[in-house]
Amino acid sequence: MSFFPHLLLALLEGTVAAAVLALSALGLSLVFGVMRIVNVAHGEFFMLGAMLAWWIAKMVPGGPLAGFLAALILAPALVGLLAFATERLLLRRIAYDPEATIVATIGLMFVIQQLALSVFGADAKPVAAPFTYRIAFPWFGFSGYKLFVVAASVALLLGAWWVLARTRFGLIMRVTQFDRETATAFGIPVNQVYAAVFVIGAALVAVAAVLIVPIQQAHYLMGLDPLLMSFIVVIIGGLGSIRGSVIAALIIGLADGVISMFFTPTLASIIATLAVALVLVVRPQGLFGVPAR
Amino acid sequence: MSVRIILLHAGVILALFLMQFLASDYVVLTFTRIMVLAVYALGYNILFGYTGLLSLGHAMFFATGLYGAALGVTRFGLGVPEAMLVAIGLGIIVSTVIGAVSLRASGVAFMIVTLMFSQAAFLTVLYFGDYTRGDEGIVISDEFRRFSLFGLEADLANPVLRYNLALAFLALAVAVTLAVIRSRAGHVLVAIRENESRTAMLGYDTARYKLLAFVLSGAFAAFSGASYALMFAYAGSTLASIQYSIHPLLWTLLGGAATVLGPVLGTALMFLLVDFASGFTSASLLVVGVALILLVLFFPKGILGTLRQRYLPWLP
Repeated sequence: MSFFPHLLLALLEGTVAAAVLALSALGLSLVFGVMRIVNVAHGEFFMLGAMLAWWIAKMVPGGPLAGFLAALILAPALVGLLAFATERLLLRRIAYDPEATIVATIGLMFVIQQLALSVFGADAKPVAAPFTYRIAFPWFGFSGYKLFVVAASVALLLGAWWVLARTRFGLIMRVTQFDRETATAFGIPVNQVYAAVFVIGAALVAVAAVLIVPIQQAHYLMGLDPLLMSFIVVIIGGLGSIRGSVIAALIIGLADGVISMFFTPTLASIIATLAVALVLVVRPQGLFGVPAR
Repeated sequence: MSVRIILLHAGVILALFLMQFLASDYVVLTFTRIMVLAVYALGYNILFGYTGLLSLGHAMFFATGLYGAALGVTRFGLGVPEAMLVAIGLGIIVSTVIGAVSLRASGVAFMIVTLMFSQAAFLTVLYFGDYTRGDEGIVISDEFRRFSLFGLEADLANPVLRYNLALAFLALAVAVTLAVIRSRAGHVLVAIRENESRTAMLGYDTARYKLLAFVLSGAFAAFSGASYALMFAYAGSTLASIQYSIHPLLWTLLGGAATVLGPVLGTALMFLLVDFASGFTSASLLVVGVALILLVLFFPKGILGTLRQRYLPWLP
């Protein structure tokens, strides 16, 4: 294969990575934007989504498609339930203190990881793709499922944008983000908004995991990479800025795809991290973030 | 510095010295490890406890010392004392550069940036697997661990020497910490933790003081990493992973942030707890995770922090 087909393949793979990354970063960004906390266990919600997808796909009879659809609904719901419990039993008790939250969610990260290891075991778990259509390019075939992942992510991102920008619930979230105390004064149940946002963030990352798991196998240590990549995306895009997160996800995802294809994934991660350093030197609030008020 | 403060800290060091005559070989080995890593936690506490900056990336400085020393003796033909000095020097250089960049971010962004730099360092260790031997790690053979200093022959494979050297390092680290936090600069660090903008308004160059705390804690971490590599003859990539950034945070929180002896106590207790728990479960990370959550929920000031609040207001 010559250079251009190689590049095309790298860009296609990069788009798939970017789409899933945007989805998981959106969850992190939403939680940070509205609640002003960083959920370090975000990557473990991703891992749990993937593990549950494997387990549900195995349990549901009727072939890969039925299993996939069941997982797409049940896995985010279960992860959302866990997120709800975390929010009520942990985060609320420490009053969403930013530092304490980080420490507590680090603890949660270890707990979820170890429990997943004990329950599901250490081996990687494959999940069959719901369909196996291949698109034939002149130089190589490309999995149609991967393009479906891109389409699904774009649809979800647009949906999230629509909810935030156009609905009453989105307005309530934005108000809470803008000024928590005034929101409380106007009778907005801030605690319930927080719970909802935390659950939605976790469900989004779980959906991303269900989408990716037919491409990349489920493993109990798989959570760290999406966590760090989401951090990178969210920082470059500006903490709390959804538009910035999506653009940053695209840049990082494509760059990651190209560098991984021509060099090694390790080098790609190192470069992505150093890109963050550069962004921070030039613009401490991120590319699209507004400076703290 | 008041007499009782000096007596307390000297007493702890003395007790640790006397312990080697009573304890079994296994306990002596465990405590050698605890003391070496307590140096790491002590340095971390200067940044986290006193200055109020939560770094999630100190494993990179620990690893700098670890690999600086390990590669120094095995590949560059350095003696043990020279390798230690080179490793600490490297730790100071790396932490100055990383500190200068990451301190531009504040609050949550600072934590994430340090976490990611550390991950980049970890990946770099894996990337240069030809030299670092990645997961498998470098095993330092005994011939590289013999050295002579001031005409005295020494061998780090000797457990008695190792214990007392670790104790000396710990005593040094405690003394430096005490000196720093009782100094003028130390008070500025606490002022930054309490209210950074007010401290800046009073005319202190807060960026410089924060960098000072960062580099100091980085140097401690590199010192601890270098001692770890040379004393236990091993440097592996696990010791550069995120867990080793979280460990000093956990130890400091458990013992009590912003208390001098807290990190030492926390390190010892956590080691003994994991040791004890390994009797029932192989999942030591589960213990770490649950400990973190319980501490944050019910015991945010840690052991010595709570003691100081209730009974011993003079505790430094």
